[in-house]
Amino acid sequence: MKLKNVLVSGLAAAALMAGTAGAMELKIGVAAEPYPPFSSPNSSGEWEGWEIEIMDAVCAAAELDCVLTPVAWDGIIPSLTGKQIDVIMSSMSITEERQKTIDFSDPYYNTPAVIVADKSLDVEPTPESLAGKIVGVQASTIHQTYAQQYFTDSEIRVYQTQDEANQDVFSGRIDATQADSIAMADFVESETGAACCEIKGSVAHDEAILGSGVGAGIRKGDDDIREAINKGIAAIKEDGTYDEITAKYFSVDISG
Amino acid sequence: METLLQLFGLTESAQLLSLSEPGWGANLLRGLANSLQIALGAFGFGLVIGLFGACGKLYGGPVTRDLLAIYTTVVRAVPELVLILILFFVGTDLINKASEALGGGPVEISGVAAGIWVLGIVQGAYSTEILRGAIQAVPPGQIEAARSFGMSPTLIMRRVTIPAMMSFAVPGLANLWLIATKDTALLAVVGFSELTLETRQAASSTRAYFTFFLAAGFLYLMVTLLSGVVFKYVENWARKGQPKLRGAG
Amino acid sequence: MMEAIRPFLVPHRIILFLIFVGIVIWAAVSLRWDWLPEYALLALEALWRTIWLLAASVVLGFLLAIPLGIAQAIGPWYLAWPAKVFCTIIRGTPLLLQIWLLYYGLGSLFPTIDGIRETWMWPYLRQAWPYAVLALTLSFAGYEGEIMRGAFSGVARGQLEAARSFGMPPFTMFRRIWLPQAIRNVLPTLGGETILQLKATPLVATITVVEIFAVSSRVRQDTFIVYEPLLLLALVYMMIAGVIAFAFRKFEQRIPSRVSRN
Repeated sequence: MKLKNVLVSGLAAAALMAGTAGAMELKIGVAAEPYPPFSSPNSSGEWEGWEIEIMDAVCAAAELDCVLTPVAWDGIIPSLTGKQIDVIMSSMSITEERQKTIDFSDPYYNTPAVIVADKSLDVEPTPESLAGKIVGVQASTIHQTYAQQYFTDSEIRVYQTQDEANQDVFSGRIDATQADSIAMADFVESETGAACCEIKGSVAHDEAILGSGVGAGIRKGDDDIREAINKGIAAIKEDGTYDEITAKYFSVDISG
Repeated sequence: METLLQLFGLTESAQLLSLSEPGWGANLLRGLANSLQIALGAFGFGLVIGLFGACGKLYGGPVTRDLLAIYTTVVRAVPELVLILILFFVGTDLINKASEALGGGPVEISGVAAGIWVLGIVQGAYSTEILRGAIQAVPPGQIEAARSFGMSPTLIMRRVTIPAMMSFAVPGLANLWLIATKDTALLAVVGFSELTLETRQAASSTRAYFTFFLAAGFLYLMVTLLSGVVFKYVENWARKGQPKLRGAG
Repeated sequence: MMEAIRPFLVPHRIILFLIFVGIVIWAAVSLRWDWLPEYALLALEALWRTIWLLAASVVLGFLLAIPLGIAQAIGPWYLAWPAKVFCTIIRGTPLLLQIWLLYYGLGSLFPTIDGIRETWMWPYLRQAWPYAVLALTLSFAGYEGEIMRGAFSGVARGQLEAARSFGMPPFTMFRRIWLPQAIRNVLPTLGGETILQLKATPLVATITVVEIFAVSSRVRQDTFIVYEPLLLLALVYMMIAGVIAFAFRKFEQRIPSRVSRN
């Protein structure tokens, strides 16, 4: 199925190439694990969400020919450096540690990190309050790094997907989870989330670990791709497309 | 039908699994098709490696034999999950490097092709051993007889060795095919949209973990059972004209 | 000692060995290993957990496989049939799916069970390792149960008849004659099955159990170094597999290999 898509779009690109030379073909890597409301597959197998729409808008504005490519989140940076994909657009925060390996575009959203826990549990989003508790985080995220750095007196469990961490807060196996505020707002409004959990507040900011917003990951040296993506992001912020898409999903401004 | 579902409180599960829009049944089936495609490809690729590997191990020079021994030992001692990760990253890296050396750009590698390559290498090690054992089990007298008739080595291979070894190889290969179908599940960990990953996506989107994992388990089980029936036929066909095994089963 | 080394003193093997040494030196010099000291302690702990998981699931799984084998070999239909269904289901579905079904499937039922958080079981239900042990044990029992069925059927009827004619009570007969011989029948396959089980252990990393595979993933995630942790991990698994193969071979040699038949 996917192969056919790639082939078809490849042929289309080749056909277009003759006429409108310059439409760069890019494979955009998205984590294969659902991350609502930013990116998740729906029941007909298509990807949807805020970030997917932003991606389409950026690609259209920058006249890029983008092919969405799901990749395991856990291996998304090696996939980029190994050239299986050309761009990461998967809610990846810009951090110093990652910048040693890859480059980033300008940030396209920025939200705080929050702690979600069982309603009956009286905790604050601080290391002291979470001491002795079990905190779940998604692997390879800023939240994992943060939890391992600050919540030294808590037991840290590392999950493959945020959804699984949420599920274990719901089942009661873990006491709390740390994740992005928007994704968590979506979870606590969902049927299961509303039954069990609430946001306990955002954690103390640490720029070095939590980074300065979410950007598109690009291989070092691919400056033309970065330029193109930056141009696209600037363009959709300018002409109102960005706000339009955001308003469809969120009641707050997340552009940071 | 509907009253029956209501009776067991399964209306909700049936809705989740339905093939049309709000249900995720079509996703599971699409995943199953991908899984089978990868499993078939990997099994075939593995068989090709296995045939060369077995011949190399039996008739090759000492270096070939040692290298093949290293290959089969390493693959059979390292967990498939680890091999899949290594081969997945190494494989695409190598292909891209090779294409760059030849002056081309990065090559488009579809998930299915990468999955077939990764699992095929793993399957190749096992089928090498199975086919080697099967070739060795062919009574030497049959091959000697063929040789004394003046048959050429390729003709002996085609007319005598391969048909005679089939009956020894089929049970092992049947088992290997089942391993191939089940190993495709491991590709979920590197993000291929095969049955297990589709199941996981459906389960976490709907939070109906039990329903979807059970449904996927049922699909895998059907594949296993159907394969069992098919391989029984193949085995009977391969055993054609041979005396019945004593106390079979 | 010389006898053991002689087969390796052929020219092509020496060259292969030198190439291997060259690769190791190249790997040690030009690949990145600076992350090792930081994770060494964690890796050792995790290695111990892998071995512990393997040992526990093999022993428990084997104990469970014995009744499964007996039920299928001689049990009445109401025992043989469930045992057969169990083995078929375990062998017919991927272990990864079984692990997720046990962990997330059962977990999703917890909130519907009142008072479960007050029971003595709750601290265990919250941990990930009991599910890992359970899933691995059931899996091993499923595969080994099928083999045990053959092993029990393979014990010569005459021996059992002889024991019965001596007036041996059924349980003594089982303990003294049937079980030891069935176990001896499966012994040659047990080493291989244990290595297969070793290769199944990394799957439990997906339900947050921190075993050796999980540590290698963590190194990969923290440092973005891809190949080095994976290669080292492969080497560790090969060494464990080597030790298992060696131990079972030694063990097998200590058991009388053939009793006279008939």
